[in-house]
Amino acid sequence: MAAQVRGHAAYRASFAFDLAGNALIPAIDLIAVVAMFQVTRVLGGFTAAEVLVMFGLSSSAFALGDLAVGNIERIRVYVRTGLLDAILVRPLSALGQLLAVDFTIRRVTRFLTGLTVLVLALAAASVDWNPARAAIIVVAVGSGAAFFGAVFVATATVSFWWIDSGEFANGFTYGGRDFTSYPVTVYSGLFRRVFAYGLGFAFVAYYPALGVFGRPDPLGLPGWMAWCTPVVAFLAAAVASVAWRYGIRHYRSTGS
Amino acid sequence: MDTASRRPSEERARRRRSQRDLSSATRRPAGIRPKRPRLIPASARSFGALAAAGFRRHSTYRQATVAATFTNSVFGFLRCYVLLAAVAGTGVGVAAGYDAPRVATYCWASQGLIGVIFLWGWTDLADRIRSGDVVADLLRPVHPVTAYLAADIGRAGHAALTRFIVPIAVGAIFFDLYVPARPHTYPLFVVSVALAVVVSFGFRYVVNSAAYWLLDVRGVNMLWAFATTVFAGLAFPLHFLPSWLVWPIWIATPFPSILQAPLDVLVERSPPAQLVGIVAGQAAWAVVMLGLGRYVQRRAEAKLVIQGG
Repeated sequence: MAAQVRGHAAYRASFAFDLAGNALIPAIDLIAVVAMFQVTRVLGGFTAAEVLVMFGLSSSAFALGDLAVGNIERIRVYVRTGLLDAILVRPLSALGQLLAVDFTIRRVTRFLTGLTVLVLALAAASVDWNPARAAIIVVAVGSGAAFFGAVFVATATVSFWWIDSGEFANGFTYGGRDFTSYPVTVYSGLFRRVFAYGLGFAFVAYYPALGVFGRPDPLGLPGWMAWCTPVVAFLAAAVASVAWRYGIRHYRSTGS
Repeated sequence: MDTASRRPSEERARRRRSQRDLSSATRRPAGIRPKRPRLIPASARSFGALAAAGFRRHSTYRQATVAATFTNSVFGFLRCYVLLAAVAGTGVGVAAGYDAPRVATYCWASQGLIGVIFLWGWTDLADRIRSGDVVADLLRPVHPVTAYLAADIGRAGHAALTRFIVPIAVGAIFFDLYVPARPHTYPLFVVSVALAVVVSFGFRYVVNSAAYWLLDVRGVNMLWAFATTVFAGLAFPLHFLPSWLVWPIWIATPFPSILQAPLDVLVERSPPAQLVGIVAGQAAWAVVMLGLGRYVQRRAEAKLVIQGG
């Protein structure tokens, strides 16, 4: 009897630790942003509330994209263990099978937390609201999610050529999310040109946020850039689908 | 019996038998385990051999090392730009005692030290506990804490040559890094990193040992990852927080001794006396964490005995 109680207690304890851990890990990035503002009032020319709006946009878009497409990361395991062949044999599209939407509690809570940060930050930033600016927010989160989804798929296709590419992909997915959490004015040089404009990460949160605040871009681009997130997401999806088809064909041709 | 009357072959056989009897008297009876070994092994050579084995083992993980170094470099860029923006935003070019070159060195050295000090992701002991292989470790003549510590030091040595050098080089190429001006900083930094590895190992050992009691240690590992990222100075320099928050964390928890201390030594944030004091604090925490590891190990073994393991 005592052993049974001990057994249950151990199960409850690990569950409690799991819950605490899952709640705290996503908080790290938010704590980092808040810590930056303990020593300065502006970061890249933007105040705390404004940076938190970008953080919220980026966080919500990433979480929504992860919710929809995150399971594609399993492909690395499938390629390594050969299970991908079982999927390819079926008469359905391989991508469709791999993209099972996964409403885990963890992913849903991350999306809701991101939205909460976004809403609170928008309130603190004292925005002059009009229907166009509200629309920018909705469009940004939705197409930002599609953009991140495309990034997930594109980085997952690398595993067709390089089996242990997991960590390499993380640099672009999680690195990309961290990049978009801060204003692009923070970065400089080749790094900014590649990530912000070459890969399109500036359109996830920075330009929509500028549109919502009604601020002109310190980097000189016009105001309608705030609406360009869907275009960038579409281009990213096109690149990702080409990479995917090419990858599947290459995988098939190597006699798997 | 008169020896002269015995034949030479009988004489040889008698001598051989008596030698065999002598050796069996000194052999321990079967079934009795050796006495509990002390924490410091009698021979430093065994410690060195275990460390060398750890070094060699990790030198075979080439692809993982390359991938991890790439990730460290990407995040180095991201954090470096943000920290530089924070320093620039203060208007005076100094944030919490760090100027721009110092904060850049801080950032790139922290990315480099992640691999050496191994802040998260170490589950070797927990995996062996869950699979039961840990029993083999408990039967060896070296105390398990010492054996794992030696292997970890070997791993850290390998990482110091690979995962530390690359981010520092990348940072030096693209940013203006602070080079320590005082000659004694370099040996002090090496000592500080070594102590940080020991403190981190001690904590990782205790966290992994939770597998003796819990079904799975994923949650505990996540809490450990959170605490080290936030309180050890990886997500941001600890001194960015208000001072009434910093000093309790520094004195009452081992986390700053794991990363913040060697970094502060490297960028020479304070006068030398204060930095030596910080390293002394690390040494104290190293002793505490190893002692805690030994204590947890004793409790775990007692639990195993009760369960009939």
